[in-house]
Formats: sequence, structure tokens, C-alpha cells
Amino acid sequence: MNAVGYAAIALQVGAVVVGAPLLTGLMRQTRARLEGRAGAGVVQPWRDTRKLLRKEPISPVGTGPAFRWAPLLLVATALVLAVLVPLVSTDTPVRGRADLIVVVALLALGTLALALAGLDTGTAFGGMGASREMTIAALVEPTILMAVFALSIPAGSTNLPVIVAGAADQPARLTSPAGLLAIAALAVAVLAESGRLPVDNPSTHLELTMVHEAMVLEYAGPDLALVEFGAQLRLAVLLGLLASLFAPWGIATSGSLVAVLLALLLVVLKVAVLGMALAAAEVFWAKLRLFRVPELLAGSFLLALLAVTASYFLGGE
Amino acid sequence: MSVIPAALATATGLGVAGAVAGLVLPQRGRGVVVGVVAAGVGVAGGTAGVAALGGSRWSAQVSGLLPLAGAYVEVDALSGLFMAVAGAVVAAVAVYGVGYVAGHGSHGAYGLGSRGAQAVLPLFALSLLLVPTAASVTTFLMLWEVMALTSLLLVLAEHRARPAVREAALWYAVMTHLGLVLLLVGFMVYAAQAGGETFTALRDGRAGMSPTVRGLVFVLTAMAFTSKAGLVPLHAWLPRAHPEAPSAVSALMSAAMVNLGIYGLLRVGFDLLGGGPAWWWLLVMAMGGLSAVYGILQAAMASDLKRLLAYSTSENMGLVVLGAGAAGLFAHAGNEELAGLALAAALLHVVNHSAFKALLFGAAGSVLRATGERNLDLLGGLRARMPVTAGLFAVGALGAVALPPGNGFISEWLLLQSMIHGLAVPGVTTASVLPLAVAVIALSAGLAAAVFVKALGVGFFARSRGAEAAAAKESPLLMRVGMGLLAALCAALALVPGLLGDGLERAVAAVGFSGTRPVSGGGLRVRLEEVSATLSPLWVVAALAVALGAVMATVQWAARRRQRRTQARLWDCGGGVPTPRMAYTATSFAEPLQRVFDDVLAPEQDVDVTPVRESAYLVERVRFRNRVPDRIEHRLYRPVLDVLAAAGQSARRLAGGSVHVYLGYGFFGLVTLLVVLVVGW
Repeated sequence: MNAVGYAAIALQVGAVVVGAPLLTGLMRQTRARLEGRAGAGVVQPWRDTRKLLRKEPISPVGTGPAFRWAPLLLVATALVLAVLVPLVSTDTPVRGRADLIVVVALLALGTLALALAGLDTGTAFGGMGASREMTIAALVEPTILMAVFALSIPAGSTNLPVIVAGAADQPARLTSPAGLLAIAALAVAVLAESGRLPVDNPSTHLELTMVHEAMVLEYAGPDLALVEFGAQLRLAVLLGLLASLFAPWGIATSGSLVAVLLALLLVVLKVAVLGMALAAAEVFWAKLRLFRVPELLAGSFLLALLAVTASYFLGGE
Repeated sequence: MSVIPAALATATGLGVAGAVAGLVLPQRGRGVVVGVVAAGVGVAGGTAGVAALGGSRWSAQVSGLLPLAGAYVEVDALSGLFMAVAGAVVAAVAVYGVGYVAGHGSHGAYGLGSRGAQAVLPLFALSLLLVPTAASVTTFLMLWEVMALTSLLLVLAEHRARPAVREAALWYAVMTHLGLVLLLVGFMVYAAQAGGETFTALRDGRAGMSPTVRGLVFVLTAMAFTSKAGLVPLHAWLPRAHPEAPSAVSALMSAAMVNLGIYGLLRVGFDLLGGGPAWWWLLVMAMGGLSAVYGILQAAMASDLKRLLAYSTSENMGLVVLGAGAAGLFAHAGNEELAGLALAAALLHVVNHSAFKALLFGAAGSVLRATGERNLDLLGGLRARMPVTAGLFAVGALGAVALPPGNGFISEWLLLQSMIHGLAVPGVTTASVLPLAVAVIALSAGLAAAVFVKALGVGFFARSRGAEAAAAKESPLLMRVGMGLLAALCAALALVPGLLGDGLERAVAAVGFSGTRPVSGGGLRVRLEEVSATLSPLWVVAALAVALGAVMATVQWAARRRQRRTQARLWDCGGGVPTPRMAYTATSFAEPLQRVFDDVLAPEQDVDVTPVRESAYLVERVRFRNRVPDRIEHRLYRPVLDVLAAAGQSARRLAGGSVHVYLGYGFFGLVTLLVVLVVGW
């Protein structure tokens, strides 16, 4: 079991690291095709990363360790998440550590590191991005934890593999009102956490609308490569988490290598489909005004609260 | 067994000696002697606390010490926990204080270094350690009042420099004494009903009391204790007094004194009254939840660094009380294990909060001493000028934002776990309250992240926005050592919370709950029926470190050849070099949050545009003023104060100045009293 467990983790991390830029490339390509453009191809993010990594590292004058270390910390938190979140197997050596609250906290740690880096530049853009990002992050937190709460009620634990394995065992949990409401709430939270439309537009550079991009405007070269890679990793892990939580079919719950390989294939498919669906939806969405975002998040919080209440009151039947 | 009395006697002796030394010694050397003695008080008291946490108990009775009643002291594990926390904070802050008062010409050093303040400081430190030992109403109130008075005198230390200090001290004096009155009444009723004033008698007497009286006693004492802990709505003194006190005193107040409010609440609510009906705890939880969200929202709006920290204290005490209330609720429902878990989480948060808040106030004091400025809008760029202070502030902030690998995360994780698993307690009450509690904890954690990103990023990073900040110098060695001790404590609590395991367990057991030993060895483990959860902070840190190393190695490898990092100009949009004035300030950072919570905060904004005389379209000057008043204070206190003032004004007519009239009042008063007595009997 142990060897397979370690293999599962290695495969999972490898897939996330290799696949995250490809996922972003796939989403951009989908979007381009839907908009009638040719698109740069699925591998373009990897080409960008390679190019940026080979450039000379540059720090703006007056910035300090926070600016230098934030991209590293961002990628490091995302990598730890890629290890913790059960994407291909629930029976891994880290299954006892994969607490959902820890996962949420690690996501927030990455956000916070970048926000500090944005402020460290001492420019208006950096501060603006940091301020907006932290506002959104503060408002997403209750939604996410409430969804965590809703998910942990039927499983009796906040441990991710336990939740996922439980849902794979009893698919009825997912189609219950509580499950559906939690899906909806968590999906909105994931959009906000990964900085996608309608909360943030990753391809804008207009100061009125920038959130994440404003924060990282001063980055160049290898640092920029890390920032982009970190964002891609986070998106991939979050979509994978959604897939594992709400469509856990096929995830390996036992220690067989074949099951793990099959699960890997399935999760790649699921995430690709999710990513393409998101990209397709984004074609039709406009970015919300910054001050309308709290309304969206409050709505999603309400869904999560309903999910908790529903799972409590309907759970006994 | 004899450690506790010996340590307590040492602490008392040192405290009194320190007070005398502060009075008689000349300016030169006063700070050092008093600091060393106060550190001794902290170490001795902390030792007693640790011994009590280790399982020793001690009680004594000194008949002659207080008139009529005599003094009773008793130390159990619950007292021990609060004594150990206070002792550690006192010892570190005392070291810090020596550096703080050393050297002339530094901002604010003279206030705390004065004869009076130095004489009072050891007594305040001593009172912080002795309050949890009290085992009778008289002893408790006596020590409580000594603590209130000494802290009041210390708040006033810098009254010559700023008029705001006097106003803050007035608020503090009034509110702490109103609290004392509430405590007096509450304990009076309790002692009269129980037929004795020692805690043992109170414990024995609770069985014979009617639920109404018990409820009355609880509400009265809980109001006083939550006011001391800085909970909304009786918090108004805290955001005034904590910022205006010298920073060493702020650290003591915020990290040790407010804890004693929690101690009182636990001691009276759980130990003496033995728990109570659900409404007690719902009330407590409501106050805790309100304080948590409101406190952190106000902190998010504050641009005064120390005011921000003070409101954050209010938030954290709110979280603690939320946990304590949940414990009461679970205990009422009969689930002692869960109650023990919630209480352990609350107590752990007390410990963690004390460690990081003392550190944060210390760092704020370091900034204040170097620049004379607490306004974040005018700070900035301190990272380069004061690297050690900035680094230590970052350590404290990491604890405060409740994210791994900070120490605050550990206790908030445990708190969340106790709430999430609390649904095991059947009933609609828990089912509707606990989700809200989780939401409150989550929202306050999210806002705390924004608050401390603001404090660290705007205050310490970027470039200096004021002349004072640009000329700041790093603080003296002893201040850094004091803060370093606290930072080490934070790190220890964050990485190996298991060290506290047994003590925490005994403290929970002292209140009467069976514990589940949630904290032990290398991590945290929640084990209840059907549920389990684990967290090992060391693993998270190790994983992050490994990942960081891997990323760095990969980047190095991918770069092919080693390249020197070069510096380049900031991106200026083609508009010339950005000046520090263009950077985001604390006010602008908080603006989106202010807009989002517009309805709650009701900010006051004032835009004043002056056009030039020739044309209404050419603007000569724009003045913008933005103020976020404490709305609860505004709505709740202002009317009461107005009514009191009006009553005072109208009562002036009675005082005409004629002695005859006053004698007449005396006569009529006496006659009325006699009539009432005659008729009444």
C-alpha cells in the first residue's frame, strides 16, 4: 500500500506541475476558438515559463525580502496543496494531514504573501491590487469555511480523504440538497480564490479592473514566471479539489496501482472538462464591478449556510 | 509542593522591593533596577503558574492580612495557566521596558521612566500574577482593584505629552470602576445567598440558590469581566487606553490584563456557579461573536497602529469568549468531552494571543519610540531602517492572522474543530448557533489577514511617507531581546504546541470538564465519538520548507547560468518616478473594506472643494476628511452620557449655595429615611 501511496502522490504532483500550465493553455485556447481567434496553442504557457525563467532576475529599487520571497512562497504553498489534496487516491501516506482547514489556510497564505509583495513595491498599483485582493480574500473566507463545514457534517471530519472517500462510497450525499448547495457555494469561492471571471479578469491590465495583475505588476523574469506558475498551480489544484469533492467517481480508494493510474487519467479528464467549461462560460461573462463582488460572495455564503442547515435538518432522514 | 508558595512569596517580595526602588532610586539606573526586579516578578510568578500547571495545588489563609475577612489564596491549574501566561509576558516586557526607558531624547521614554511610573510598574506586574490566586471575594476584589488602579496610573504616564492620554484615562477609570461596582453587587448577592465569601463557600452555596439569583449573579459578573476583556459593547475604554499607554504597559494590558477578564468569567461561570442554562452561554457567545467581527472591522479601518492592535485584542478576546460560551453550551447539553475541547481551544487561544499581542505591541512601541509616530499613513519604509523590529512584527503578525505556520492558527483550528464537531450535540440551538459561530470565526480570520497585511505592508514595507519614519533608528538591544523572547515563545507555541498539552488538560479539568487531550506530542488531535481530525504544525512547516527548497533549486537549474539579481526602476507608466506620496496608505488600503461594510461602520466623509476665484471649474484646493467613528460607542454611550449630563445640569438648581438649604436636605433626608424604615417594617 505504501509504495503505491507514494507513487500516487508522485504521480499527482507530477501531473499537477506538468498539467497546470497546460490547463491554462487549454482554457485560453478554448476561449480563443470560441471568440473566433486562432489562439496560441495549449503549450504556450510552458513556452512563456521557459522564456521567463531564463531571463535575468530583476528587483525594482526599494523592494525588500517580501518582494523577493513572495513568488517562491506562493509556488511552495501551491505545491504543498498539490501533495495534500486527494486527486488520484484517498489512500496516501499524507491522508492524515490533508485537513480541509489547513488547505484553505495554505491558499490564504499564498494570497497574503503576494499582497505583501504588492505593498512592498510602494507603488499605487501594488497597493491597489493588494487592497482589493485582501478585501476579496477576507470575504471569501467565511464562504469557504462554511462549505467545509457543510461537507464535513456527513463525513464527521474535516479530513479531505475521508470526505472524498465517503462521497465516493455514498453518491447520494452529493445529490442531497446540502451537497448541491455546498457545490454551488464552493464553486463561487473557487472562482474568487483563483481570480477568474466574474471576480477578477486574469487577462486585463486596465487599472480600473485589475486585482491580481495590479499586485504583481512589478514582477519580471523568473519571478514573474513563478507568480504565473503559482497562479496556474492554484487553479489546477482548486479545480481538481472541486472535481474530487463533487465528482469523486473513479478516485482510487485502495492500494492498487492500476486503480491509481485509471484515477489519474480520470482526474485529468475531469479537470480538463471543468477548465473548458469555465473558459466557455467566461466568454459570456463580464467582470463584476469590484463593489458588486461582495454581493456575489454574500450570495454564495448564504448558499453555504443553507447547505449546513440543510445537512443538519435533512441529515437525520 | 512548596514551589508555589515560595515562588509567590518571592514575586511579592520582589514586587514591593521594585516599587520602593522605583521611588527612591535616581533617574540613572532606575530603569535597569526596576526592570530586572519586574522581570524577577514575572519569572517567579510564572514559575508558580507552571508548577500549578504541572499538577501542584496550593491554598492558604492569612487571617490578619485583610481586615474583617482575612485573605484566602488558592492556586489550581486554571489559575496556573493565567499566571504562567502573565509571568512570561511580564518577564519579557520587563526586559523590553529597560531598553524602552533608557536613553534621553527618544520619544516617550520619559513617561514610563518617571519616578511614579517606575514605582507602579512592579506593583502592576505583581497584581497581574496575584489576581488568579485569590480564593475569596474580598481578596479577589482587592487584588482586582489594585490591578485596575496601578494600570490606570501607568496609562497616565505620558499625560504631559498628549491631552488625549487624560481623556483615555478618564474613560478607563470610569469604566473599570463601573465594572468594579457590577462585580461588587454580583458577588454581594452571591455571597449573601451562599452564606460565605470564600470561593469554597460560594461553590457549596450554589446548590441552594434560585435560578433567577444565579442568572443575576452571572449576568452582573459577566458584564464586568467582559468589559475588562474588552468585549463589545463594554469595550469603549480599550481602544482609547491601550494606544495611549506607554507601549510596554500596552503590551502588559493587552496580553495579560484582559486575560484576567476571561479568567474571571471562567472562574465564576464554570467553577463557582458550576455552569448554567443555555441562555447564559448564548449571551456570552453573542457578545464574543459581535466583538470578534466588530473588533476586527474597526481594526481594519484604524490607521493608528496601536489602536489597530487594541481593536485586534477585542477581536481575539471575542474569539476566546466564543469558545468559552460554546463550552458552556455543550456542558449544559451534557457533552462534557466537547465542552472540554471548546474550553481547551479557548484557553489555548488566550495563550497564543498573549504571546503574539505582547510582541506586536512591543514592536509598535519600538516604532513609536524611534519615530514618535503611530499613524500608519505617515510611516512606511521601516523595514530598511529597523530590520529587526520589522522582522519581529512580521512574526507577531503571522500569529495574528491565524494562518500556518503562525501560532494563532493552532488555536483557531482547534476552535473551529470544536464548533464543527459541536453539531454532535442535538438540538436546534446548537444547529443554528454553531454555523454562525463558524462564520464569525472565518470572517474575523479573513479580515485579520487584511488588517495585518495592512499593518505590516503599509507600516513597515514600501517607502517612508514621513520625515520621522525616514530617519528612524533601530531600537536598543534590550528592547530587541525582550521582543525576541516573545517571538521565540510564538515560534514554540506554533511548532510544538504539545508542550502545553498536559497543563492545558489540567486547566480544563480544574473547571470540571473531562478533557480529550486535544494537544499532545507533535500535534493536535481531536478524537471524539465518530469524528477525528489531526493537525501537525511541524509537518506543515517542514512541507513548506521542502517545497520552497525544491522551487528555488528548480529556478536555479532552469536559469542555466547563475545570474546576478539587478535593480531597476519601478514601472512609472511613463509619468516620472513615483513618489512615496503616490503609494497606498493605510486609509486607502482599507477603503474597499470600508465601502463593503459601509452600513455597519457608518463612516463620516467630508469633501471640501475650493475653486479658484476666477472660475468655478478650476479647483484651488480639495480637502478630504474621512473618519470611522466607533458606532456602537456613538449610539450606546452618547445617549447615556447626554442623559447624565442633563441630569447633572438640572440638579445644579438644587445646589443654590446656601448652607441653610443643604442642612435642610440633610434633615429631610434623615426624616424620609426614618419614615421609610417605620413604614417598611
